[in-house]
Amino acid sequence: MPMAADEIEALIRQGIPDAAIEITDLAGDGDHYAARVTSASFRGMPRIKQHQAVYAALGGRMGGVLHALQLTTAIPVEE
Amino acid sequence: MTEDVDTRIQGLVDANPVLLFMKGSPLFPQCGFSARAVAILNHLEVPFESVDVLQDQGIRQGIKSFSDWPTIPQLYVKGEFVGGSDIMMEMYESGELGELLGNKGVR
Repeated sequence: MPMAADEIEALIRQGIPDAAIEITDLAGDGDHYAARVTSASFRGMPRIKQHQAVYAALGGRMGGVLHALQLTTAIPVEE
Repeated sequence: MTEDVDTRIQGLVDANPVLLFMKGSPLFPQCGFSARAVAILNHLEVPFESVDVLQDQGIRQGIKSFSDWPTIPQLYVKGEFVGGSDIMMEMYESGELGELLGNKGVR
């Protein structure tokens, strides 16, 4: 069963409250998404850990109900 | 049982300097993400071995907890988990992946 984009966004925000999240529905089928997550909490974390933090926020759905999520993580640029 | 799979995975990771866990084979990838990972490694002209997780349900499930990573493909270089296809693409585009492979002496 596919997931809605706002559901994905809500889950990520729950896990990473300060995150700026952009979700793109790549195929328009509610099943292939790209997400760009920007958070200051990623600072100092290797990229693998940043992605693991997002996957943790998704609580095991990644690779399951959410089968295709292209993920990019970033740290906010300092003012 | 789980330990068994972990031991097998560890053995594979130790035995192959560049190892891609993927769906299908490099010539016939069975998933777009795996195809992308193969394309990146081919483009960098790095010799690599691959494990087709579709041929082995134990590894298919086991690799997820082994790496604490929920999806396939997964790239290991010299025993170290590098990431999935998104991280590979990001690192490829920034030149980091080529650099990492060079530093590890596998390219």
